[in-house]
Amino acid sequence: MKIHEYQAKELLRKFGVKVPRGVFCTSVDDAVKAAATLGGKVWVVKAQIHAGGRGKGGGVKVAKSPAELRQYAAQILGMQLVTHQTGPEGQKVRRLLVEEGADIRKEYYLAVLTDRRTQKVAVMASSEGGMDIEEVAQRTPEKILTVLVDPAEGLSDAQAGELAAGIGVPEPSLASAVRAFKGVYACYMETDAALAEINPLILEGGVDGRAGEIKALDAKFTFDDNALYRQPGIVAYRDLDEEDPNEIEASKFGLAYISLDGNIGCLVNGAGLAMATMDTIKLFGAEPANFLDVGGGASTEKVTEAFKIMLRNSNVKGILVNIFGGIMKCDTIADGVIAAVRETHLTVPLVVRMKGTNEELGKQILRDSGLPIISADTMADAAAKIVAAVK
Amino acid sequence: MSILINKDTRVITQGITGKTGQFHTEKCREYANGKACFVAGVNPKKAGESIFGIPIYAGVKEAAAATGATVSVIYVPPPGAAAAIWEAVEAGLDLVICITEGIPVRDMLELRSRMRRKVAAGGRATLLLGPNCPGLITPDEIKIGIMPGHIHRQGRIGVVSRSGTLTYEAVGQLTEIGLGQSSAVGIGGDPINGLKHKDIMQLFNDDPDTDAVVMIGEIGGPDEADAALWCKTHMKKPVVGFIAGVTAPAGKRMGHAGALISGGADTAEAKLSVMEACGFKVTRNPSEMAKVLKSLL
Repeated sequence: MKIHEYQAKELLRKFGVKVPRGVFCTSVDDAVKAAATLGGKVWVVKAQIHAGGRGKGGGVKVAKSPAELRQYAAQILGMQLVTHQTGPEGQKVRRLLVEEGADIRKEYYLAVLTDRRTQKVAVMASSEGGMDIEEVAQRTPEKILTVLVDPAEGLSDAQAGELAAGIGVPEPSLASAVRAFKGVYACYMETDAALAEINPLILEGGVDGRAGEIKALDAKFTFDDNALYRQPGIVAYRDLDEEDPNEIEASKFGLAYISLDGNIGCLVNGAGLAMATMDTIKLFGAEPANFLDVGGGASTEKVTEAFKIMLRNSNVKGILVNIFGGIMKCDTIADGVIAAVRETHLTVPLVVRMKGTNEELGKQILRDSGLPIISADTMADAAAKIVAAVK
Repeated sequence: MSILINKDTRVITQGITGKTGQFHTEKCREYANGKACFVAGVNPKKAGESIFGIPIYAGVKEAAAATGATVSVIYVPPPGAAAAIWEAVEAGLDLVICITEGIPVRDMLELRSRMRRKVAAGGRATLLLGPNCPGLITPDEIKIGIMPGHIHRQGRIGVVSRSGTLTYEAVGQLTEIGLGQSSAVGIGGDPINGLKHKDIMQLFNDDPDTDAVVMIGEIGGPDEADAALWCKTHMKKPVVGFIAGVTAPAGKRMGHAGALISGGADTAEAKLSVMEACGFKVTRNPSEMAKVLKSLL
């Protein structure tokens, strides 16, 4: 699950990480009032959407007067913000964050994530803040420093200090950096985050050898869906406007669904087999319209809902069902498919491939239904048949 | 004859009284030598009772002491699953198989840290398979987990995969063309797990009764590439490789918690090319895994 920047900053503040003062708004008037409350002469108006790359898309503006602020807020609020992460249709901006301007002396990068190889928590920092970190990793990997933290020990002062010094935080500001790093780490662990990314993390002040302040100027958090049951505070941050309505609908029925760009809907049991089915469709010259895992207990209700969700996508020109019946028997699945076809008044071609327990009985049921269901023996056979049928 | 388990393995079921645990324990008991293999269940509230004639004990330690079991299988729901694994580790079992799907990553990180510390302090090492896995099977001897037993045949091909139904797909294909399996192992779809592809490849390599291996992976994480690099210098047997998720978009979790492309190195194409460079015969057509393997024998 993802959250907005203003929510992430609220969390960080609770863990002692300094962030700019800011006010979350949903109207232009509120944005103008927020600027007055914050005071100062410079404000930043930031579009709140879950996708990254907001600045480049025109979703972040620096205002130097209340009039300018009003203009920018009006511009951004309600716009379809297009970034490299939103897709060409963009994402509608419904929320704004108005912040005090920051006096940026230096920009850094900080991220916390799980390191799968060592099974520890990786804290990564770089002197190259404000840039695309993938690019930094490619061009100058030596500028990204990583420490691996055993969750039983936590991030130590020594580790945090080594990172801060390593990315060039000036000596008088090291203590502030250590506090920030430890705060972000603690926040990551306690909230069951899957990724915390602060880009940029900035140094404010600190001129003439005095101590400056390390602040999170941006914040991006993703959470472990498996842990949401014990994180009610995080769940409360969920913004359904930012999610695909089909994916939300699917999750209500215990279906894992992801929209894709192709025109062949596929319904499969098991995540690995679902991906393999998508790949086979591509191998035979077409593109999958979705990922859909119906899970272990593919009941008639689940299969019917899965058909409905796939068919909401108007690009779908054909459907491929691929079920490996283990515990779930093929005849039960055949009954479910027939019920789904009838209930949705299916008009696009349907290929069904079933394998496993009671396979022959399942195929017989499909044949006897009188419905125009194309039967297939292998995944490849199924893909070839559905690709031919939609052409 | 097999890796990790055989007909003489004795198994404790943690979470035996839950719906899933009951259902699958019954299926496992019906398979091959299952009646002799599944000897104990654990539930602190039902100690002294029995289910399908299997005695229930208060804890893993008591169950192991009373029955001599050295392996456990876990169906405990996610909030208590990591603690259940730790209980089996503390009891000093050889192998713990965790079927449970949906365990928080932080619980697994903390558990793996405790397991590392125990071994570092000279404690007995326990192998973990899973979580979020179908389990493993040595055909015609024993099945521990949720896979359909009847699709398997005894034979000399090893199968290892992260995904459940994709493992069944490979096994089904092998059986259909007359190739039986020595063991089929599902290592699970979570980002933090126990035994990895590399560990299982090592076991198959050392198993005199395995002639060749089908290794199936998916997008996300470094495990398949790590296994391939190990195989390049050590593996003495032919390997067929497949990676699911060529069509998966980056940054989207494809059902499995661990199936998420986070950088350039964990895409399906990147893994396939590492596997190819390390001497695997890779296929991009998952319907041909068994056919390709047969061509190597």
